[in-house]
Amino acid sequence: MKIVIVDESPVRAAILEDGLREAGFTNVERIAEMRSLLARIYAIDPDVILIDLENPSRDILEQMFQVSRAVRRPVAMFVDQSDAASIQASVDAGVSAYIVDGLKKERIKSILDLCVSRFNAFSRLQDELARAKSEIEERKTIDRAKGLLMKAKNLSEEDAYRLMRSTAMREKKKIFEIAQAIITASELFK
Amino acid sequence: MTAEREHLRIGFIPLADAASLFVAVDKGFAAQEGLNVELVQEVSWSNVRDKLNIGMFDAAHLLAPIAVASSLGVGHVKTPIVAPYNLAMNGNAITVSPALHEAMRARLDGDALNPLATARALARVVADRKAAQAEPLTFGMTFPFSGHNYQLRYWMAAGGVDPDEDVRLVVLPPPYMVGSLAQGHVDGFCVGAPWNSVAVDLGVGHILHFSVELFSRCAEKSLAMRESFALEHPNVVAALLRALRRAARFIAEADPHEIAALLARPDRVGVGADVILRTLQGRLKIAPDGATRENARYLLLGQEGAERPDPTQAAWLYAQMARWGQAPVSSALLDAAKAVFRPDLFDATLPAAPRSGDAISAFCGPKFDDRDLDAYLSAFPIRRTP
Repeated sequence: MKIVIVDESPVRAAILEDGLREAGFTNVERIAEMRSLLARIYAIDPDVILIDLENPSRDILEQMFQVSRAVRRPVAMFVDQSDAASIQASVDAGVSAYIVDGLKKERIKSILDLCVSRFNAFSRLQDELARAKSEIEERKTIDRAKGLLMKAKNLSEEDAYRLMRSTAMREKKKIFEIAQAIITASELFK
Repeated sequence: MTAEREHLRIGFIPLADAASLFVAVDKGFAAQEGLNVELVQEVSWSNVRDKLNIGMFDAAHLLAPIAVASSLGVGHVKTPIVAPYNLAMNGNAITVSPALHEAMRARLDGDALNPLATARALARVVADRKAAQAEPLTFGMTFPFSGHNYQLRYWMAAGGVDPDEDVRLVVLPPPYMVGSLAQGHVDGFCVGAPWNSVAVDLGVGHILHFSVELFSRCAEKSLAMRESFALEHPNVVAALLRALRRAARFIAEADPHEIAALLARPDRVGVGADVILRTLQGRLKIAPDGATRENARYLLLGQEGAERPDPTQAAWLYAQMARWGQAPVSSALLDAAKAVFRPDLFDATLPAAPRSGDAISAFCGPKFDDRDLDAYLSAFPIRRTP
């Protein structure tokens, strides 16, 4: 079975391709270049096309259903009324599938389930990355504020931190917010 | 109306013809009707359609032909959709590259403002290219079920160009249109505002015709919802229609600069206010040298009864699907298409609104009459019907 992945995110496409290969689908092609998208698809002649929903080029694929001499095989959309739950899951995850008419439904279902879990894993990964980034930023801010306090009030590192923490508790704020306030204030006093 | 506000998720594509929807939300008219509307920007018509069909959107700014196609189950999954309010009529334009513009000008016999004359000029250019064994011309449009597709086809076929045999028609997302024209991937396109103006401003396109020059009135975008949603929430539909009505009136009466500024926001249309202003005022720069053309009916939002859905318009859209082989010809499908546009829902809420004017009025060809679809279709020499 030939599968095409249309995704402008190379990382997500790679994650999906790996998953498909692990599941035994070895004939997988990725398209990241949206120009001449249809020509590429006609040349590859896939059985299944997977496309991310953030991709405006999705509308281009709709042309495949039109009566046209350019199309060698009719391609139909997977979403059929009978399987509302998996449609919902795939749209939620941000992926859509197109398949050649007549393909066994169970096989498609396994591919789509795999897509959904990989797409969800990818967005979890992105969330975690964003969270890790902001945690690093917070720690940097706190360290900078600590340094300022140590210098201004001639405190040890431990005392400077303790002072920020007790202030945060008293004002019912996060220690990060206190640190930000210290930095802002010190810049005003410069 | 209950104190609790009804939460509504409405999908849209960033285009100037969603103006009434933007104004209804951003000027607080929807909130005053007890609606808490969340406008969700989408990147493709396929997404808008699918999210509407499966219930992730309660309503949507939708290409009117998609509302009809979904209800008929043509080209996609069948989902009964209704259109109780018409967000926009007209508003598209056909733009060609400077090279094609020059080639057509050289082969023009008649007035460049006359669509039949330009279509015949195109036919001569197509014939010249065939004789020279050059690649066929390529034209872009936004979706298989779109006014853009039907307008482009109707126009070129009137001049003797078969849109399926003599040229290539390709779907392109609107934001890619201008780049594709500049890089020579397409020789022309039919698209809505603001993309024609963007092409002209960049010097890569000439606007040949406003769609209003081809058809006096053509339903462009519907406020679409699932039929089941409209049945279950009549009060919500009525409240939304009242809010849209106020918005359309506001647009007609307010300072257009204010509307343009509102639409220019990145979470709305997201292009320069000056380009949007030209669209709203129907005064477009048509050539890179600065020549302008004006038509007050370029885009109809609330004017001339454009808001009231007209089943004849839905019938005409279905007739185009039939003409180009997208849908079989049948009286059952014709009736189903007409039932998508719901003037009854509109009239139940906005009884005093002006009625629609004459439907369609094409620049050439037979007068549209949905009582004899076969006769209408067979009057066209170029068609895909038997």
